[in-house]
Amino acid sequence: MIHSLFLINSSGDIFLEKHWKSVVSRSVCDYFFEAQERATEAENVPPVIPTPHHYLLSVYRHKIFFVAVIQTEVPPLFVIEFLHRVVDTFQDYFGVCSEPVIKDNVVVVYEVLEEMLDNGFPLATESNILKELIKPPTILRTVVNTITGSTNVGDQLPTGQLSVVPWRRTGVKYTNNEAYFDVVEEIDAIIDKSGSTITAEIQGVIDACVKLTGMPDLTLSFMNPRLLDDVSFHPCVRFKRWESERILSFIPPDGNFRLLSYHVSAQNLVAIPVYVKHNISFRDSTSLGRFEITVGPKQTMGKTIEGVIVTSQMPKGVLNMSLSPSQGTHTFDPVTKMLSWDVGKINPQKLPSLKGTVSLQAGASRPDENPTINLQFKIQQLAISGLKVNRLDMYGEKYKPFKGIKYMTKAGKFQVRT
Amino acid sequence: MSSNSFAYNEQSGGGEATELGQEATSTISPSGAFGLFSSDLKKNEDLKQMLESNKDSAKLDAMKRIVGMIAKGKNASELFPAVVKNVASKNIEIKKLVYVYLVRYAEEQQDLALLSISTFQRALKDPNQLIRASALRVLSSIRVPIIVPIMMLAIKEAAADLSPYVRKNAAHAIQKLYSLDPEQKEMLIEVIEKLLKDKSILVAGSVVMAFEEVCPDRIDLIHKNYRKLCNLLVDVEEWGQVVIIHMLTRYARTQFVSPWREDDGLEDNEKSFYDSDDEQKEKTDKRKKPYTMDPDHRLLIRNTKPLLQSRNAAVVMAVAQLYWHISPKSEAGIISKSLVRLLRSNREVQYIVLQNIATMSIQRKGMFEPYLKSFYVRSTDPTMIKTLKLEILTNLANEANISTLLREFQTYVKSQDKQFAAATIQTIGRCATNISEVTDTCLSGLVCLLSNRDEIVVAESVVVIKKLLQMQPAQHGEIIKHMAKLLDSITVPVARASILWLIGENCERVPKIAPDVLRKMAKSFTSEDDLVKLQILNLGAKLYLTNSKQTKLLTQYILNLGKYDQNYDIRDRTRFIRQLIVPNEKSGALSKYAKKIFLAQKPAPLLESPFKDRDHFQLGTLSHTLNAKAAGYLELSNWPEVAPDPSVRNVEVIDLAKEWTPAGKAKNENPTKKFYSESEEEEDSSDSSSDSGSESGSESGEEDEEGDSSEDSSEDSSSEPESESGHQSDTENRRAAKRNSKTKGKGDSKDGKKENEKSKTSDSSNAESSSVEESSSDSESESESESESESRKVTKEKEKKAKQDRNRLATDASLLDLDDFNPVSTPVALPTPALSPSLIADLEGLNLSTSSSVISVWIPSADLRATHQATLQQHPHVK
Repeated sequence: MIHSLFLINSSGDIFLEKHWKSVVSRSVCDYFFEAQERATEAENVPPVIPTPHHYLLSVYRHKIFFVAVIQTEVPPLFVIEFLHRVVDTFQDYFGVCSEPVIKDNVVVVYEVLEEMLDNGFPLATESNILKELIKPPTILRTVVNTITGSTNVGDQLPTGQLSVVPWRRTGVKYTNNEAYFDVVEEIDAIIDKSGSTITAEIQGVIDACVKLTGMPDLTLSFMNPRLLDDVSFHPCVRFKRWESERILSFIPPDGNFRLLSYHVSAQNLVAIPVYVKHNISFRDSTSLGRFEITVGPKQTMGKTIEGVIVTSQMPKGVLNMSLSPSQGTHTFDPVTKMLSWDVGKINPQKLPSLKGTVSLQAGASRPDENPTINLQFKIQQLAISGLKVNRLDMYGEKYKPFKGIKYMTKAGKFQVRT
Repeated sequence: MSSNSFAYNEQSGGGEATELGQEATSTISPSGAFGLFSSDLKKNEDLKQMLESNKDSAKLDAMKRIVGMIAKGKNASELFPAVVKNVASKNIEIKKLVYVYLVRYAEEQQDLALLSISTFQRALKDPNQLIRASALRVLSSIRVPIIVPIMMLAIKEAAADLSPYVRKNAAHAIQKLYSLDPEQKEMLIEVIEKLLKDKSILVAGSVVMAFEEVCPDRIDLIHKNYRKLCNLLVDVEEWGQVVIIHMLTRYARTQFVSPWREDDGLEDNEKSFYDSDDEQKEKTDKRKKPYTMDPDHRLLIRNTKPLLQSRNAAVVMAVAQLYWHISPKSEAGIISKSLVRLLRSNREVQYIVLQNIATMSIQRKGMFEPYLKSFYVRSTDPTMIKTLKLEILTNLANEANISTLLREFQTYVKSQDKQFAAATIQTIGRCATNISEVTDTCLSGLVCLLSNRDEIVVAESVVVIKKLLQMQPAQHGEIIKHMAKLLDSITVPVARASILWLIGENCERVPKIAPDVLRKMAKSFTSEDDLVKLQILNLGAKLYLTNSKQTKLLTQYILNLGKYDQNYDIRDRTRFIRQLIVPNEKSGALSKYAKKIFLAQKPAPLLESPFKDRDHFQLGTLSHTLNAKAAGYLELSNWPEVAPDPSVRNVEVIDLAKEWTPAGKAKNENPTKKFYSESEEEEDSSDSSSDSGSESGSESGEEDEEGDSSEDSSEDSSSEPESESGHQSDTENRRAAKRNSKTKGKGDSKDGKKENEKSKTSDSSNAESSSVEESSSDSESESESESESESRKVTKEKEKKAKQDRNRLATDASLLDLDDFNPVSTPVALPTPALSPSLIADLEGLNLSTSSSVISVWIPSADLRATHQATLQQHPHVK
C-alpha cells in the first residue's frame, strides 16, 4: 500500500522521508513540485498526482505537505485518511505539528511511523496504543531520561493491541476521576445580498475528555435525540444501543477524543444568530469607494455573541482602505487584499460598525463583484440546535466521577454575499 | 567523545543535530564550530566508537543520530557492521532503532544482514507473543533473497501460532515475502487459505489484504469464509474494513445475479429512482420472473450498512461504493447522506468524495437531489473543489430546480476567481442544452455577459454561445450581429475565432454584415493569432461560395496573404482552399462540391460531463480518481447471468443437510412451488414435533393459509425483491420476519394487514407456549431483532446477560433462516432445509437453561457463535 512518505515544507524542502518497502528515490517528488508550481496556491495542489511509476497522494496541513508514494491501486481515501491520522497523531504527541517540532523529535516521529504502518498497511493508529508503545516526549521525561538513562520506548509490552477495546489503555489510574463533554455546534450558512438565507446547516460534534480509572462503561443520553439526523461515531460507541434506544453507550478511550459528530436534520429551521448590514460600492468616476458594515445579533436566545471576526477578500483592484471601526481592531493587507476586523463582543445597545473609504487603482476598471464577507463568532453555553444532554451514567467502576458538560455554538463556514 | 560529537554536528549540518545530542546525553557540549574541520570519515568513526562502547546511553545516542540521518535521506550504510552488532541489545529502544536501521539498509548490505538473522530466529520462539510478532515483522521486512526459505518457514509457523496478533503479523509477512520472491506464490496461497479460515477480528483485515495482493483471482478461497467475513466486518479495525469491503464487492459481482431490474439494469440516465415505483408497476403487469436476492447477498448489504456511520472517510466511501455496485438501486439512496457528511471534512477528502458523487449523479440524479444545497460553492473553497461542485450541480439540474440554480450561477459568474467564472459559463451552456425550457433564458443571460468587462468571461461566453447557436440553427440573427460588433473589442483568440466561424456558418442569414467583417479581418489578418487566421480563411471561402460578387477580391487577397504565412498549417490550408474554391483548369471533381463541403450541416457538439465515462471504474478507487487504469487495478466483473452455486458458501453442513441437498437439486430442474410446499410440510412436521402441542396445532392451521397466501403473493408482488416474507415457508421464520418488519415499520411486506395481524397472533401464541424466560425477554429480543441488521458491536452489550445473549442468538438464527428460506428463483440447490433441525434446536433451546446446545447445532451461526463467544471473553465484567 503506502510505499514511502515524504514531508515537504512550504519552501519545497523534503525534511523527512520514511520508507516501508524498498527505498523510493526522493526525486519522485519532482513531479509533486511541478504540480505545486502549476497550482498557484498550496490549496490547489491536486491530492492525487500520477507519475510514470508511482502515484503521489498528498495532504496539506499545518503548512506541511505529507506526500505518500503509492505504486498500485488503492482506495485514495484510504491513504488520505491515514495521512490525516498521522498528522493528528503528531499533534497529539507534540502539541503542535510543525516543521521545527518534527525535526526536533525526529526519532520519536520515526518510531511512531514505524509502528503505524507495517509494509505500508496500517498497524496501530489508535493514539492510545501508540502512546503505550512510545511515550510522548515531555520536558520532564527528557530530563529524567538524561539523568537515569531510561528511554522513551515503553518497556512493558503493549497489551492494548491485543485487547478487545483496542482504543483504551489498560491499567489507567487517576486520583481525580473526571469526564468532560463539549457539545460544539457549527453553523454553515450562505446569506445572500438581501439578508435571506440561501443555505444553512448545523453540524455538531461532541468532544470528550475522559480521565477515569479502570474500565468505566459510560452511557450518555439526550433529551431530544431525534434532532440528530446523521451521526458518525467513535468506534467505541455501541451502534446497536444507539439504534434501539438512542443512547450512547461506550467504554471511552483514555484522554481526549471525538465521541460523535452529527448533522442536524434539514427540516429544522436554523436560527441565524447574527446579521450583517453592508453597504459596499466601488464608484467608477472617482477612484474611491464606500465601505460600511455593521454586525448585529439576531436570534441569540439571550446569549452574547463573542469572538466575532469579520474577514473579506477584497478585489484585486483595491489599493488601500481607510476605515474606522466603532470597536475592535482592523487590518488590511495590501498584498493579499485581505481585510480582517476583530470585533470581539457584540453589544446589542451599541452595534459595532466599520466605515470608511476604499481607494482603487487608478485607471483599473471597477471590480464587478462585491467581496463576500466571512464571519466567525462564538456563543457560549448554547447549542443552537437545542440539543441537550440528559444524563451521564457510569457502570463498571465504583467511584463517583466528576462530570461536566459544556455547550458552544460557533460559526462554521459562514458567508455573507454582498 | 566530545570531539567526535563535533564531527557529527558538522556532518548532519545544523543545530538540530546538536539538540538531538543534547536530548540524549548531557555529556555532549553543543558547539558545532569545531566540526567544520572534521571529515566525513572521522564522523563515522565517532559513531562507530559510540556503538561499540559499553554504555547503553552512548549506543542509544549514536542510534538516534543515525536514525536522524536516515530520516533526512542521508546515507548511513557504512555503519552497518557496527549497528548490526547491537541487534541483540537488551535495551528496547536501541533494539527498535537497530531494527529501523536494519530494515532500511539490509537490502544494500545483504551479507552483513545475515548476521542478524539468528537473533530473530531465536525471538520467533519467545514465549511472549509480542516479541514473536515483532521478530517476524522485522525478519520479513529484511529484503534479502537468501533468507526466503527461513521467512517461509517462519510465516508457516506463525500462521499456526496461538496468538492472533502473531497470526496477523504472519498475514503481513505474506505480502512482503511475495514481493521479495513471487515464486513462492503457491506456498503462500496455502498459508492465506489457512489464515482466511481464522476467526479472529485481528487477522481478518490483514489476511484479506494479503489475498488481494497475492492471489486476487482465487475467488474460490473466499466462498467458505464469506459469511464469516460478513459477520466479522463490523468489529474489524477500520483499515481492514476498507480492504474487506472492496474485496467483497468484487466477490459479490461474480457470485450473485444482478439485483437491478432488467430494463434499468444497464443505464438509467433518464429514469431516476423516483420512477422506480412506476417501473415496478409496469413490471408487475408484465409478470416477469420474480427476482429474489440471494440471502448471502442480502447479508453483505445488511452487515455493511452500520459502517456508513464510521468516522473513517475511507470506510464510508467503501460502503458507498459497495451499495452503488451491488445493492438494488432502490436501496442505494441511503449512502447519499453519509457521503454528503464527508463533505465537511478536509479538502483532500472532499475532492475524492466529490469526484465520486459527480460520477454517481450522472447516472442517478435522484440520489443527491435532496442535497442540492450542500453543493453550493463558497468563495473560500479551493478552485478544484469549486469546479467539482459545479459539475455536480450541473448533473443535478432539472426543470424544477433550474431557476434556483441559474440564480446561484449568476453569483458565481461574478466571482473573483476567473477560472471558476469561466467554468460556470460552460456550466450554464450545458444546462441550456440539457433543459430545453431554459435554453432561451440562458442564451440571453450569456449575451448579457458579452458586455462583461472581464475578457476571460466574455471569451468563454462567446464560445458557449457558439455551441448553443449551433445546436439551435433557428433565427438568431440578432445575436450574431451583436457578436460581430464585439469583434472590435474582443482580443482573446478563441473567442474571435468562434465569432468568425459563427458568421461564416450563418453568412446567408447576415448577408450584409458578413462581407464587412471579412473586410475588417483582411485588414488585420497579419496580426491575428493562427487560430483566428484559419477561421478568416474559412470565412473567406464560405463567403466566396455564397456571395462571390462582393467578396471575390477580398478572399483572393486573404488567400494571398495566407500563402506566405509563417505557419505551415495556414499555408497548407490556403493552398487547399484555393484549389477547392477557385475554378481553374486543373480543378478536379471536388470543386463542384465545394459548397457542400464548406457549408454542410455540422453536427452540434455535445456538451458532456467529463465524468460521463468514469463509471466503468469501480467507485472509490485510485483508477476512478485518475480516470485511467492504475497498476494493479482489479476489474469489477459484470453480474453473471446465472448465479454460481451458492452452496459453496456453506461451512459445515451437518448430516441432515446432506440428505436434503440432492433433493433440492432435483427440484431445481423445475423450480415450481411444489419444492417449497414440500419443504414446508417437512418443516412443519419438524416444527410441530418440537413445539408444544398447543402451538403446533395453531401453526399447522396457519400453515395452510400461508401456503395460499404465499402462492398469491408470489404472483402479485413478486417483482418486489423486498417481499421476501411473503414467501416464507417456515412459520418461525415468518414470525421473525414479521416482527422485524413490524418493528422497523418499513412496510417491506406488502402482503397486507391481514397477514400482519395473523403473525401477531402467532407471536403471542408463541410467547405463551414457550417458557417464561422467553416471554420475559421477549420485548428485548424484539428490539434486538429490529436492530440486528445494523448491529454493530453486537457483542459489546454489557448489560445483557448471557441468557439474553442466547435469546439473541435465537433471533439471529431465525433472521438468517429467513434469508436462507427465500424461494430463490435462481436454479440453485438450497442447503437451507438443513436449517430446519437447527430451528428445532432453537425452539428447544428456548426451554433449555444453557445456551451451548443451541449454538452447537446451528450451522451458519458457527461464525456468529465465535463472535458471541468472543464477546463473552472480551468482556470480563459480563457475568
